[in-house]
Amino acid sequence: MMKYVFLFLILFGAGFMFYKGLKTDPSVIPSNLISKKVPSFKLNKVSDYPLLDFSDLGNDGQFKIVNFFASWCPPCKVEHPQLMTLSNSFKIFGIAKKDDEQDIEKWLKKDGNPFTKLGVDKDGLSSIQWGVYGLPETFFIDKNGNIIHKQVGPIMKKDLERIKNFLK
Amino acid sequence: MKLLLIILFLFFNESYSVEPDEILENQNLEKMARDIGKKLRCLVCQNEDIESSNADIAKDLRILVRKMLLDGKSKDEIISYIHSRYGDFVLFSPPVRYDTAALWFIPIIFFLLLFYFFFRVKTK
Repeated sequence: MMKYVFLFLILFGAGFMFYKGLKTDPSVIPSNLISKKVPSFKLNKVSDYPLLDFSDLGNDGQFKIVNFFASWCPPCKVEHPQLMTLSNSFKIFGIAKKDDEQDIEKWLKKDGNPFTKLGVDKDGLSSIQWGVYGLPETFFIDKNGNIIHKQVGPIMKKDLERIKNFLK
Repeated sequence: MKLLLIILFLFFNESYSVEPDEILENQNLEKMARDIGKKLRCLVCQNEDIESSNADIAKDLRILVRKMLLDGKSKDEIISYIHSRYGDFVLFSPPVRYDTAALWFIPIIFFLLLFYFFFRVKTK
C-alpha cells in the first residue's frame, strides 16, 4: 500500500511541476524590483532633449512609464508607435542603452518623440541597476514611485488596453 | 597517448570570454573576479556563466564585477548586489528559503526513497 502512496505522490508532484512549467515563459525573468522604489541612476544628455534624472521618478502622484530602448534595436522600432499612443495619456521617460546621441536624435526627429525626458546610459551600468537584460524593457511606476510591473519585449497594439487599465 | 592528451584537455580546459582589455592588472583581483563570474549565470544564455559567455549583458556584468572589486567591494557584496537586481535566476546556487526549499530537498527525499526501495527489495 505504502509504495502506491509514494508512487502517487511522486507522479502527482512531477505532474504538478510539469503543468506549472508549461505556463511559464522561460525567456522572461521576473523582475526583482517589483513593489520597490525606483533605483538610482545617472545618464548623459541627448542633444537638446530634457535630461531624465532620478528625482523625476519620485512620489509626485502620477503614473509614469520608463522605457529602455536603443536606436540600434529593431523591436524598439516596432513598439515606437505604441509608445507614441501611450504618451498622450502618460508621462514616458526614455533610457537609451549604449547608444549614439546623434542616432537617437535622428530617430526621434523622424518617428516622433514619445519621451517627456530622456538620457543615454553609455556604459550600461544604469541598465544593470534596473535589472535590464535585453531591449526593449518597460517599467510601470505607480503614484507613490514604486515599480508595479515590467514588460520584457516590445509593447504591441494588443497590450495597450491592458496597460491603460492597470495604470488607472 | 594522443587520446589521453585530448581527454585531459577536454577535462581541464576552461573557456573564458574575458577580453584582454577587461583583465585586471592585479592577478589576485582577476582571479577573484573569475571566481565570482563562475557563480553568476548569463541571463540570456543557455546555462553559461558570465565568464564564458559572449553576450553583451555578460560582458557588462564582467566589467561591473571588476569595477566593484577595484572599488574595494567584497565577493559577497558584489554577488548580493547583482542578486538584488536580477533575482535568484542569476545565481547558479539559489539561496535556501521556504520558496526554494523544494528545489533543494526534493532530490534528497527522492534519493532517500530510492535507497529505501533498493534495500527493501535486497533484503526480501
